[in-house]
Order: sequence, then C-alpha cells, then structure tokens
Amino acid sequence: MQLARVVGTVVSTQKHAAFSGAKLLLVQPIALDDTARGTALLAVDSVGAGVNEKVLIVMEGRAAGEALGRKGAPVDAAIVGIVDHVDVRE
Amino acid sequence: MQIARVIGDVVTTVKDANLSGIKLLVLQPLDPDGNATGRTLVAVDAVGAGVGETVFFVRGKEASFPFHPIEVPADAGIVGIVDHWDVEKPAGL
Repeated sequence: MQLARVVGTVVSTQKHAAFSGAKLLLVQPIALDDTARGTALLAVDSVGAGVNEKVLIVMEGRAAGEALGRKGAPVDAAIVGIVDHVDVRE
Repeated sequence: MQIARVIGDVVTTVKDANLSGIKLLVLQPLDPDGNATGRTLVAVDAVGAGVGETVFFVRGKEASFPFHPIEVPADAGIVGIVDHWDVEKPAGL
C-alpha cells in the first residue's frame, strides 16, 4: 500500500457497470515527507475520503475490487483508509 | 518476496472494515547488504512485527492470504521476521 494525498474528484457518466455509484478520486502518491512521488492516478473510494486528505491506497486489482465490494470489477487502485498520522521512528 | 526494515507505523481510524484490527507498518526495502533501496511502502502485518525489526514481505494479492477467509484489501504484507541473513560474495568482488 502507498500513502497518497487526494487532489481532486472525477465525474464520469458513461462507464463500466461495475463503477456505478462508486466515487472516483484523483490521488497523488506521496513519500513519508509528504512530497509528491510519481504520477497521480485514479482510485475508487470506499471509505468516504475527501480532497486534501491523506489516505492509504492499494494498487493491485483484486484488492481494489474487494475494497469496492465487487469482485472482478475493472479497477486497479482503491482508497482503503484515511490516515490519522504516520509515525516514523527510524 | 523482499527483505525490508520496519521504520514506522500508520494510524487510520476510518478504513475498510476488513482492515480493522490489522497493524499497518511502514517498510523500507533493503538490498542484500542491508542498505535502503527503493521506495518505502505500507504493509499489513501477519506475524507480529514491530518498528526496528527486519522482516520479509510479499507483494500482491497474496498479502491477504494470512487473513483468510477475511478478504483484506492489501497489496503488501509482512509474512516473516528475519533473524539474520548471510550473503556470500565471490572472491574478488
């Protein structure tokens, strides 16, 4: 899993049926020091995250489908948690 | 699978229900010499690892297998704590 910051929302009317009702957010993966890392991507949100929040994302198809509650859904990334804080001790 | 050092933990209150009760740890992958290499990541813990320990972890859907039948939405999971490892280098290197 990766830490990411929610940077935007995406609205889509015509999409695969498995996406119906799913919230799509644009997330930017971040390093431990909050700097952007890599390119932003789209993730389905099943926990109610909002823009600017720090979240935990999975970037693997089956795990993302499980988070969405729909096995076999054509997704490859999902938000699975809203991060309260990250404690790095080393 | 890869060797990594546990360098921290992540606290989340709002999360997928299937993640509740599971420890989330920050990992720094290590190269064979024990130096940090590659990007840090967050993994679910299936073996009771803690900060400062050296562990090995698996990537992909297999990360959720230790929690079967609960379908944990994870793509990286700690599956062992490393006691020690040895690397033998050919002479001359």
